[in-house]
Amino acid sequence: MMAPRPVYPPGRLSLHAWRRRTNALALTLSVAAMGFGLFWLGWILWETLRLGLAGMALSLFTQVTPAPNDAGGLANAIVGSLSMVALATAVGTPIGMLAGIYLVEYRPRGALAAATRFVNDILLSAPSIVIGLFIFEAVVAPMGGFSGWAGAAALALIVIPVVLRTTENTLKLVPAELREAAYALGAPKWRVILAITLRAARAGVVTGVLLAVARIAGETAPLLFTALNNQFWASDLAHPTASLPVVIFQFAMSPYENWQHLAWAGVLLITLAVLGLNILARALARGR
Amino acid sequence: MPSVERHQPARSANTGAAGAVADRIFAGITCAAALLALGLLGAIMLTLVAGAWPAIRAFGLGFVASAVWDPAQQQFGGLVMIYGTLATSLIALLIAVPVSFGIALFLTELSPTWLKRPLGTAIELLAAIPSIVYGMWGLLVFAPILSSYVQQPLQRSLGDVPLLGALVSGPPVGIGILSAGIILSIMVIPFIASVMRDVFELTPKLLKESAYGLGATTWEVMSQVVLPYTRSGVIGGIMLGLGRALGETMAVTFVIGNMNQLKSPSMFEAANSITSTLANEFAEASPGLHQASLIYLGLVLFFITFVVLAGSRLMLARLARSEGART
Repeated sequence: MMAPRPVYPPGRLSLHAWRRRTNALALTLSVAAMGFGLFWLGWILWETLRLGLAGMALSLFTQVTPAPNDAGGLANAIVGSLSMVALATAVGTPIGMLAGIYLVEYRPRGALAAATRFVNDILLSAPSIVIGLFIFEAVVAPMGGFSGWAGAAALALIVIPVVLRTTENTLKLVPAELREAAYALGAPKWRVILAITLRAARAGVVTGVLLAVARIAGETAPLLFTALNNQFWASDLAHPTASLPVVIFQFAMSPYENWQHLAWAGVLLITLAVLGLNILARALARGR
Repeated sequence: MPSVERHQPARSANTGAAGAVADRIFAGITCAAALLALGLLGAIMLTLVAGAWPAIRAFGLGFVASAVWDPAQQQFGGLVMIYGTLATSLIALLIAVPVSFGIALFLTELSPTWLKRPLGTAIELLAAIPSIVYGMWGLLVFAPILSSYVQQPLQRSLGDVPLLGALVSGPPVGIGILSAGIILSIMVIPFIASVMRDVFELTPKLLKESAYGLGATTWEVMSQVVLPYTRSGVIGGIMLGLGRALGETMAVTFVIGNMNQLKSPSMFEAANSITSTLANEFAEASPGLHQASLIYLGLVLFFITFVVLAGSRLMLARLARSEGART
């Protein structure tokens, strides 16, 4: 590379060197940015694992949340979270799926579909605490108190846009020939959708539901003033109900050491569940 | 197709009038679900306006310019929280935008193919971690480290400098606007980076290869071909990240310090954001003006995020449209 040197005027060569140096700098920074992102992921997961494992014990799953400086577990919070998440998924999933079906199979174009897509995109990223405010006004205030039902309703509203979006995206990928073949056999439209189209898109729809469950399992803000919290077992969802995220919030902000230990154990449980669901959903989507 | 075979016996029952009725019922149900999803946004807006109405009537639009928040005197203004929300989100964007760009550049131009998927997934997992985990980690792990390795050295070296000194003052515990902004930036990086990566992939290979063929370096292709081509998509991605940062609750509530003050310009002084105020005060607020003012704050937040997210959506749609017009 030394030979062509005299051929170029010196100004040109320095320009070339400058361009190469800029390029090298930019690419180095790009690698650094990637490292920056991975660094935080690694650090957060490491601390969660380190501090969470210290608090792991069987009593977490068998005892209710304790008073300060007392022994106890997270059983009521875990059960509260599970039941609210299950109920919210059971309510939100069919609504999201049916709306997604409508957007693909019945009205793919037009103002109504465009508006629904637009609104859904906004709701997908809307602040979840505002959903909590909405449910407080629409459910908690009229019903006269905080309840697990209200918490589940708030979570269901978060499920709908996630499921709607993934259902729509996967149904769009189903080839039209498949539907036409079913129509040609004389099947009515609803049958074609349920037995053929939806079945062909099954993996994608399940992925969406898993992602929605992962999303609401860690949500705290919409539960703060809907389900509130409960130190003991709630006999049913008509009462304030403990949930893992809200208990973690309360315990982590407290000065009591045993509460903080429990909070770290809870954080580890939630992180494992949420990341596990995410990885499962991705594996499923890839296997499609 | 075994499934079709299995449904054959039922066919006769579904053709004709009964089938048509079933069809209409099913269409009606799906339509109702879509209308429900569509109406949700309006319902949220109307409910918030109704809930905030006493405060809207009492304070009007001056609410957003008043820094008084005094439940005892029944005087409420949202300036402190609005400032906290905007300042933390701004810091988050200042960090997250260049980093996300670097990550997207790495994933589209530099990464070996076999690493693309695992690295992309790892970055997306940052978005999957629940915000409560960020919050607890931020308060108990990150803030002390920020305090001893950044805040206190800065205070020692800049403490006596007139303007900069005020910017870094505050108790050495590492919580406040800056730590909230940093943690928010980590949370929005995956959103911005994955949009940037997706729109960068949209750039036609022909354009990029032409530039490479003319002797452009990777950086020049990126900054002078890919970035101009995908500009509206990139802006859309940044606005999506901003929308996320504005509405993030738990992570901010843990580390912002939760104090209503505007006196100190310090990045390390405890402050408050709209979301942290709601998270801390709403469940205990007395019904009446206090509660209505908190809902008013929520309404302001919802309005700001709506504008930002709608803008994001429009920018991304614009890129998709020009993409469609080209082919």
